[in-house]
Amino acid sequence: MAGPTRGFLGRRRERDPRLPPGQYDAGTDWPVLTAEPTPRISPETWSITVDGRVEQPTTWNWDEAHALPRSEYRGDIHCVTTWSKFGTWFAGVSVDSLLEAARPTAEAHFVMATSKTGYTTNLPLADVTGGRAWVVWEYEGGPLPIEHGGPVRLLVPHLYFWKSAKWVTRLTLMHRDQPGFWEQNGYHDRGDPWLEQRYQGD
Amino acid sequence: MREVDRPTPRTVQLRLAVPDRVDHLAGQHYVVRLTAEDGYRAQRSYSVASAPGDPLVELLVERLDDGEVSTFLADVVEPGDELEVRGPLGGFFVWEGERPALLVAGGTGVVPFVSMLRTARELGRLELLRLLVSTRTRAELPYVAELEADGAVVLTTREATGIRPAGRLTGPDLVPLWEPGQDVYVCGSDPFAEAASQLLVGLGVPAATIRLERFGPSG
Repeated sequence: MAGPTRGFLGRRRERDPRLPPGQYDAGTDWPVLTAEPTPRISPETWSITVDGRVEQPTTWNWDEAHALPRSEYRGDIHCVTTWSKFGTWFAGVSVDSLLEAARPTAEAHFVMATSKTGYTTNLPLADVTGGRAWVVWEYEGGPLPIEHGGPVRLLVPHLYFWKSAKWVTRLTLMHRDQPGFWEQNGYHDRGDPWLEQRYQGD
Repeated sequence: MREVDRPTPRTVQLRLAVPDRVDHLAGQHYVVRLTAEDGYRAQRSYSVASAPGDPLVELLVERLDDGEVSTFLADVVEPGDELEVRGPLGGFFVWEGERPALLVAGGTGVVPFVSMLRTARELGRLELLRLLVSTRTRAELPYVAELEADGAVVLTTREATGIRPAGRLTGPDLVPLWEPGQDVYVCGSDPFAEAASQLLVGLGVPAATIRLERFGPSG
């Protein structure tokens, strides 16, 4: 860790306790960060599949997913590019509900989330269970905007937001961890903002 | 910090000597991390403008009026200062010097493409790259003379250029530059990257060949 930077005061003397280290409050902004062109996906053609190390590989279409118990997240989100956004409100279904139907086997320890665009991101299974991860289609009471992953994205708000795959269409349970898109490009396999796990090796 | 220059009113060009540095690939970025006396830290990512063969690492920073890091870099930093940097980072938005590529930039989104052009020049492979930059005015575009000398198309949205009236990027601006087999790179603000990538997809460019780098109001 380097010492102080000459002449740098920083803007905030009162640090908001909701901000993980190195993050700033984006206020009402919600920056868009996507490495691929935004796809156009209609709800009629969207589905979510849970497969891999499960006893019952299962696919839900739009209506079937909406028939599952509704679940909401109200709280903060944190992007690795250093913005955080407080007090968001998303709604959809808990990943627990999907896993309850698909029944992970004893060998399942990791998850690969895949988007319609081919984007992938890997997560420990423990990070998407226990009421900490959702598949969401609502934001602030309306449809999730397409540039923010609509019609449906993954939401894992306790990890950096690249783990919350936009346009999610598949969750594949794995025995061993494999790097996803950003993880192959130097980003952290877990991505806990409170531990500042931005890059591999953090 | 070795050299500090202000090529346009809203940008600062920083040239750093980085000890034990690993050569970057064109398109990669560095994180600059600032630490206050009380330990408060702020960090941002900036694309590298220099080629790997340059003995210094060159960053080009746009000064945002409410930018905590960019105002410091633009207003306070002087040659001789020490800055904590981390890099090179990013393995996706890179050009490795071998494949033909179409580069589409909005404003200071041109920075990673400056590195790509300089790398191509070092390799003697400038013919692989086609670059289009959209800027409000020529005076606001850093590197404008260098870019045009390398054949870049500079399109202005707030002033006419030759017979082209002022106006935003359109499909017909892109058509003459696109060739099958190119990788496509788009870099700019959120709205620019979104609009440019949708134009390209609309022209029939396969979405899987398009790589985006967006920067938002992230200070």
